[in-house]
Amino acid sequence: MPRDEHLEGIYYIQGRDFVDAGVVSSEIKKRLKDKGITEDVIRKVAVITFEAEVNIISYADQGTIQLFIEPDAITVEATDIGPGIDDIELALQEGYSTADDSIREMGFGAGMGLANIKKFSDVFELTSEPGNGTCLKSVVRLDSE
Amino acid sequence: MTLETLAEKLGLKCKCCWEKLKTTEIRGGYAGDLLSDVMANSHAGAVWVTRQVHQNIVAVALLKEHAGIIIVQGANPEKDTLEKATREGIPIMVSDLPEFELVGRIYQLLENG
Repeated sequence: MPRDEHLEGIYYIQGRDFVDAGVVSSEIKKRLKDKGITEDVIRKVAVITFEAEVNIISYADQGTIQLFIEPDAITVEATDIGPGIDDIELALQEGYSTADDSIREMGFGAGMGLANIKKFSDVFELTSEPGNGTCLKSVVRLDSE
Repeated sequence: MTLETLAEKLGLKCKCCWEKLKTTEIRGGYAGDLLSDVMANSHAGAVWVTRQVHQNIVAVALLKEHAGIIIVQGANPEKDTLEKATREGIPIMVSDLPEFELVGRIYQLLENG
């Protein structure tokens, strides 16, 4: 469990704000580069944060991403307020998506987001309360290959 | 091979960041229109071939450190896309060819040096 002393940044994301999709992920990537984190770890965290960011934009009212930098791992916690996920097992299946047409037209909504986050994480936790929101936690160890 | 050389050989029309074509080296390529797929499977230095034209392609190319983006079938990148690409320094080029043919030609050029 990362402690507040490791909290590097809290980033706010507005739902349906596709114009700014990727801004938070880019900032997090720059922050990690400045801290001298290895390229391999940055690559994984970039995918994880982008998918988490796009999920909040696509499906939630609003949310935040918190970045923790610990001595041996990077932790990303994405929390949102919104409809939540009714069936987490289903949502984790590749190809399953609840995206509407406007989302798919932009190339999002392929149903790979959560699966990608899980694939690139060393530790992955997803909890949701339908009607309230979702919380996702991803840990990438610094010695991760 | 630089983006400039690729653009000349394939008749690509550059829509922004012209000054980067001469100095940007290509390290492979990736073709895809699903952004999650491109995020997970493409690599830094690749030239990304896609039919997508909206501004989110710039965010993806930036995060993945692509050499540039080539849009196929003569599709026009949106105004917001070009503005964002210019700000972020991501060259965007357009080809009139369909994706299959363009990717085949790029692959051949990169394989044969």
